Amino acid sequence: MKTTMEYFLFATFFLYLFSAVVFLVGVSGAKKKGNAERVKKWGKAGIILAIIGVTLHVAFIIIRIMLSGHFPTSNMFEFIAFLCFAVVLGFIIVFFIYRSFVLGAFVMPIAVILLSYATVFPRDVQPLIPALQSSWLYIHVTTAAIGQGLFGVSFVAGLVYLIHKVGNRDKSKSAISLELIFLVLIMFGSFSIVSTIFQMTGYQATFKHVYKGAEVVQEYKLPAIVSPYESKTVKMDSFAGMSKPLFESPKVFQGEKAASKLNSVLWSIVSGLIIYAIYFAIARKRLGKLLHPLVQKLNLELMDEIVYRSIVIGYPIFTLGALIFAMIWANQAWGRPWGWDPKETWAFITWMFYSAYLHLRLSRGWHGEKSAWLAVVGFAIILINLIVINLVISGLHSYT
Amino acid sequence: MVENTKCECGHNNPVGTILCEYCGKPLQQEVIEKSSIENEMRYEGAARRSQQSVMSLFDRVWAFFSSVKVAISLIVITLILSAVGTIFPQEEFVGAASKELFYQQEYGWWGATFYQLGLSKMYSQWWFASLIAMIGISLVICSLDRVVPLYKALKGQKVIKNIEFMKRQRIHVAVEVATDEEEAKLAELEQQLNNHRYHIQRDGKAILAEKGRFSRWGPYINHIGLIIFLFGILLRFIPGWNIDSFVNLIEGETKRVPQTEYYVKNEKTVAEYYRPEELPPAMKSGGGEVIKKYQTDAVLLKKVPGSNEMKEVTRHEIQVNDPLTYEGLNLLQSDFRPQQLRGIKLGITDKNTKQSKGQFTVVFHEISLHQVYQVGDLKVRMEEYYPDFAIENQRPITKSQEPNKPAFIFTIQKPDGKEEKSWVISGERLPDPEGNQYGIDLAGFDLANQTGLMVRAEKSLWVYLVGGIIFMIGVTMGSYWQHRRVWARVDDGVLYIGAHTNKNWFALRRELEMVGKPIGQVFGLVENEKE
Ligand code: HEM
Repeated sequence: MKTTMEYFLFATFFLYLFSAVVFLVGVSGAKKKGNAERVKKWGKAGIILAIIGVTLHVAFIIIRIMLSGHFPTSNMFEFIAFLCFAVVLGFIIVFFIYRSFVLGAFVMPIAVILLSYATVFPRDVQPLIPALQSSWLYIHVTTAAIGQGLFGVSFVAGLVYLIHKVGNRDKSKSAISLELIFLVLIMFGSFSIVSTIFQMTGYQATFKHVYKGAEVVQEYKLPAIVSPYESKTVKMDSFAGMSKPLFESPKVFQGEKAASKLNSVLWSIVSGLIIYAIYFAIARKRLGKLLHPLVQKLNLELMDEIVYRSIVIGYPIFTLGALIFAMIWANQAWGRPWGWDPKETWAFITWMFYSAYLHLRLSRGWHGEKSAWLAVVGFAIILINLIVINLVISGLHSYT
Repeated sequence: MVENTKCECGHNNPVGTILCEYCGKPLQQEVIEKSSIENEMRYEGAARRSQQSVMSLFDRVWAFFSSVKVAISLIVITLILSAVGTIFPQEEFVGAASKELFYQQEYGWWGATFYQLGLSKMYSQWWFASLIAMIGISLVICSLDRVVPLYKALKGQKVIKNIEFMKRQRIHVAVEVATDEEEAKLAELEQQLNNHRYHIQRDGKAILAEKGRFSRWGPYINHIGLIIFLFGILLRFIPGWNIDSFVNLIEGETKRVPQTEYYVKNEKTVAEYYRPEELPPAMKSGGGEVIKKYQTDAVLLKKVPGSNEMKEVTRHEIQVNDPLTYEGLNLLQSDFRPQQLRGIKLGITDKNTKQSKGQFTVVFHEISLHQVYQVGDLKVRMEEYYPDFAIENQRPITKSQEPNKPAFIFTIQKPDGKEEKSWVISGERLPDPEGNQYGIDLAGFDLANQTGLMVRAEKSLWVYLVGGIIFMIGVTMGSYWQHRRVWARVDDGVLYIGAHTNKNWFALRRELEMVGKPIGQVFGLVENEKE
């Protein structure tokens, strides 16, 4: 059954990938005139692939529930995979309202990046520590994630809008900011690829150091660019002539797994930059410019409405999941509905941010480009909550 | 002096009215000059208190809080402060004894500043509370400022609208129709709009088609929900309204529940681990044991009035996520310490015969002075108890109430009635007074599991719940429906059509295209530029 489950995951991954490719091929044909029929044909195939993918994803989730006895949202792998599911689901909903194929050409690749990023984290089925054994927890996490998925769709729609509006601009601040967003997305992707490669080759490095008076052992799955503060190398496989860490991490990264997380971040940055450099050497233009022709014939008002509408659809769901159900669960688990721990606070911040967004839409001048930027910032807040808070600050919710 | 603005249709409008309440004709000069009245349509062009030109102090405050810009600023400030508060942990998550030193040592200058600015207690600072309160005030005023005029305007709206009103809608169309076709065109339009679930009103040669009006009340309902929620937070200032405390209980122990009249007894505390076969391989190799559940069998007790007896109120097997709850009081599993020292076993030997006379167990939490332990034919009475023994100024004292270094003075009463005194100090051997026949020695420890229970009560809970439900109802109404209206009117051989929605114009335009198709009318293509 476990291998069946893995097959379903692979199948889901490839369907999302195919869907992404098909959408992109379809949309890239839109440049030429009279190709509307062609875009439609490919787009239809794309959405069908996405729907099959999402169905397989559901099957994967069901098998995992049967194996573990709990809903799979309780560690990083499970949660990010579920967020990917929510993004695709959100896209399908929005697609059937607005029939935008361009949106698919951008949502699906990002879903692929998300799912591959998820698989970087350990995929074992884990038993639950007592604090997580509650059905309110799953109700809370899944509902919040579906809301976040719709915010994710809005983020992508915002990106599409911005590619049209500023992608082609030369030397403007907004064009550079847009390029930075692409760079971050590439870093997510490249980190997933690098991790997968080293996981397959079984790379290992081990360090020993003293933390809070006790000796800790840190295992690296990636070659050590940076070793823990004042550590001894127990063992380090050599990689491309690299058999020693390049440098030692500064004192602030003393925590139990801090150094290996720092190492992962460095790998994301380095590998992302390398991939971007290779791309640039070949294409000789910014990604914004490369992608611009894909969205040349974009109906800007439509895309602006999608940015807004996805948020409006997601907002009640997010409120219900991330605040109301969260309070019910917190009250059950800790006897108080709210305690300002970092995760709760960031859910609150996310919610306030989207509340501010909805109010800004009431005033003039906050439609179009500004609205698209806000959608990008909103999703960045969600990712900060997910990654930075979980991995770095880690409050009561942090997954082990 | 209150002056009314009279429209050419004969209707008297209150001062400040932008579009005639009756026929919709633009009344103010700036608006007459605009090609689109989309922005004026938000509140139907009705007069609002906050929009008056002459203002008293009260009106100024009112105008300040009714501004959405101010609301957004308040929201954004709250949001940024909340984020700043998560840079370092809040004080309540810091275990260290000296908070100030903790921030200084862990995070250096930044940490010290964080502490000094009071950011380490961000969410209970008065200024954070004031921000929330200001949002509350803003919510009340803002809603009142808009909902009343909006309600009146929508309730009194007329089917026949001024042509200027229709021409300035963001979506509008004007086509010539032959006189003999007028009726058929209108009837067809009516039919098509009806198919798209519009409610139709007809007045002569004019149609008003409307749907989703109820969704306009969504924001106001959700704001009421928020106000109720904030009111719940306000109630927490009533003393005793909420409790946030902690009790540690070793098995067998009974203690008072802080800030309440109840007592709680720990009958048994267990921890259960996952069996190895329940674990995935990756976790097995880790070597450590993975906890499956913690459980405390607890009994809630209450003193019988006028006596020292306790009466059971309720009992529950407390687990994480499954607290004991009684009338708003919650006891939650939150800490577990295996094999803690509950008491000590003492043995008595006859020094002359070197024979053991037997043992007795002193359980710390049950100690009461002058309590008597029966050991064989001896009666041992506790005279003094120093839980945390020390000598100060050559006198025995106790440093705390924790049994860190317990010491006792016992009196042993022999069968013949003679008594002798004896000291027992843990970790030290005192030579018993010369004449003593019996010696008391440590014979072992009495160990048991200790549980830590959080004591929590939050009487505002139902207020939050009611507020939350109302918020959800309002937000659902406002988010998943929209208020769409289509006006049609034949005047002088021309069919005018105007349409308005409070959001999602693209979707409205697409709907109108579908409405228009069967009757050969293209809607939605003519559009006034938004200003
Ligand atoms: C944290 C606090 C608040 C939240 C969560 C909140 C939430 C919302 C939501 C969800 C909407 C509906 C938006 C839409 O339909 O697109 C809305 C609308 C609105 N809110 Fe708030 N709100 C908050 C505070 C305020 C405050 C303080 C004011 C006062 C100035 C305010 C004024 C408005 C107005 C005027 C509308 C538009 C109503 C209309 O469509 O005519 N809100 N609010």
